[in-house]
Amino acid sequence: MRAKVQVFLKPGVLDVQGKAVESALHGLGWARVDSVRVGKTIEFDLAETDRTKGEAEVKAMCEKLLANTVIESYRIELA
Amino acid sequence: MKAAVIVFPGSNCDRDCKVAIERSTGAGVDMVWHGETQLPSGLDLIVLPGGFSYGDYLRCGAMAALSPVMAEVKAAAERGVAVVGICNGFQVLVEAQMLPGALLRNESLKYVCKSVDLEITNSQTRFTAGYGQRRQATMTVGNAEGNFFADAETLARIEGNGQVVFRYLDNPNGSTGNIAGIINTRGNVLGMMPHPDRAFEAELGSADGAILFQSALASA
Repeated sequence: MRAKVQVFLKPGVLDVQGKAVESALHGLGWARVDSVRVGKTIEFDLAETDRTKGEAEVKAMCEKLLANTVIESYRIELA
Repeated sequence: MKAAVIVFPGSNCDRDCKVAIERSTGAGVDMVWHGETQLPSGLDLIVLPGGFSYGDYLRCGAMAALSPVMAEVKAAAERGVAVVGICNGFQVLVEAQMLPGALLRNESLKYVCKSVDLEITNSQTRFTAGYGQRRQATMTVGNAEGNFFADAETLARIEGNGQVVFRYLDNPNGSTGNIAGIINTRGNVLGMMPHPDRAFEAELGSADGAILFQSALASA
């Protein structure tokens, strides 16, 4: 299966990159843009066919390495 | 007296730390590669140096925190050995969950490299006892991710416990509570963004960093 992990700073954590991108978009005339957040996507193949097992494994990866849960939240998609 | 500096791929202040400790304390300093599964015996101080371990990939310090040697550093800290993480070393300590909080991108989004004046908020630690009645020290910072963050509950706890050891007098990076350095509850693991290793002789602009290494080893 293909795993896609999206990692974002938690809502209460200041995302300075998001703010910079937001002000750049405003500067280009997109005045209706608000609350920009910059995150990252990590994709990989996982040799697993059972969805439940796959999800548990990717969750463990997120907790151990892919996200720092002190400041970041993550979302897992499996395909 | 014996100290070790851990060398990660991408560390760049490892030699500075070795020289700073040797010149300010006379202690012997071993350089320990991150892949080691054993530390030299009889260590009194372990330093995690500044730099860009693993190219700062994923998050600063995230990969280094999982290096083989870190299991040994954690075990040594649990035995009471003094551990100091400086700059990237501080990032490694929070990623390894040896210290609370996290370090975010600087509020300015810029790399900040300059001399900073620090308040010595807690001079009762094994790392700051040597400052005596002094309440201020000058060191330099050089970081892009030095913006200390902790949630409100964690912040209240570390403030209440006296775990904040250094504060910026003029905050260079947006750190919560002007926090520049914190210590664990046991008092033997210190993380700080300013570099004592770049302030150990007057020729460098300040010799205040030498006192930190002297204190750490005097209490060993």
